[in-house]
Amino acid sequence: MAELQQTIAARVVRHLAAGEIVNLGIGIPTLVADLLTAANGVHLETENGLLGVGPAPAADAIDPMLVNAGKQPVTALPGASYFSSSQSFGLIRGGHITTAVLGALQVDSHGRIANWALPGRPILGVGGAMDLLVGARRVIVATTHTSRSGDAKIVEECTAPLSAERAVDVVVTEAATFAVDGDGLVLVEIADGFTADWVADHTDASYSVADTALRQ
Amino acid sequence: MLVRRGDTLMVGGFGLVGKPLTLVSALSDNPDATDLTVISNNLGEPGVGLGALLAQGRITKAIGSFFTSNPDVVAAHAEGRLEVELTPQGTMAEAIRAGGAGIAAFYVRTGVGTKLAEGHEVREFDGVPHLLWRALRANVALIRAARADELGNLVYDKTARNFNPDMATAADLVIAEVDQIVPVGALDPEAIVTPHVLVDRLVLAHNRDDASDG
Repeated sequence: MAELQQTIAARVVRHLAAGEIVNLGIGIPTLVADLLTAANGVHLETENGLLGVGPAPAADAIDPMLVNAGKQPVTALPGASYFSSSQSFGLIRGGHITTAVLGALQVDSHGRIANWALPGRPILGVGGAMDLLVGARRVIVATTHTSRSGDAKIVEECTAPLSAERAVDVVVTEAATFAVDGDGLVLVEIADGFTADWVADHTDASYSVADTALRQ
Repeated sequence: MLVRRGDTLMVGGFGLVGKPLTLVSALSDNPDATDLTVISNNLGEPGVGLGALLAQGRITKAIGSFFTSNPDVVAAHAEGRLEVELTPQGTMAEAIRAGGAGIAAFYVRTGVGTKLAEGHEVREFDGVPHLLWRALRANVALIRAARADELGNLVYDKTARNFNPDMATAADLVIAEVDQIVPVGALDPEAIVTPHVLVDRLVLAHNRDDASDG
């Protein structure tokens, strides 16, 4: 599972461009931080109040006052800045974050996601997911293609509560990359080691296929 | 006693980072501090920080954004011992900021079309639906900073800042827990995040080892 998650995180890195301000959600998105180097030129923001997040510190260099949104120890790079929660979410809601990378429980055929509550369970946690979905200029979803029990996570309609009406822009799994074009999913890439048939068998949503996806 | 039965408290911190643990621990020793409404992003961890206060049955309502990390909160809610008002994190931060800035309510796009929109007025601006949220205020705010001067000016420590400066603006009484109190003039005015007009009381933090002893 850990290896699968690292694979997905590495596939997300290819979608990030130099100069972007990027917020990483909890789970697979968090793994992206340690895969970035100065050469990527990406500035990471974390909603608990830091722009300029660096890689995880060595075990003997952990600062308990310096954590990311998953409350894991991080470092601050030269040029970093700290700010309050209201200012942080002003950056997010105000459209100042280029890209948010979020995890998802489910993605529907319109590219909308459910990533905060399980169906039929009490709703006791939301965090910053809804703010990022309305505020980030671009949203990339990083998720395994299927759940641990093997169910498709890309489905016609989400059974878990939606996180926003806004559709995401890109969905990256270990097997495929979908773009969200207008009102639907478009399969734009099939990962090495996977086939169009595998993707079709493990995806419960309708989607179209870009010509480029089939070019091997 | 500065905190009384039925009060609404704001408590700073993101998880335990930037949480005023000395002040929260003192609440346990105050028998009046019960039937509390707590506005805080989380309710601590089981038995630690606000989690200890919850375990003592002192908190009846929690307003925050992320409670699933403490299984005691999930259990208290399931057993009907705790009312939970879940708010998107950015909306919560803005509601506190608004509460401290004389703004009664505000509209945001966050949460439109979701379960958290229930009960909120929807209004379109430039064709985009927004939700109306009321500002938040408290009787008492318990906040954590790194250093204060003797006037109450505050500077913070990295991501331990989080909700603390916002909460400093939005309560009738603001108590700041700090590691150090320095003479007036010792803090760089350009570095002060919370000006002293917002701070009523200063309390020195016990270090974590002291806190666990007492």
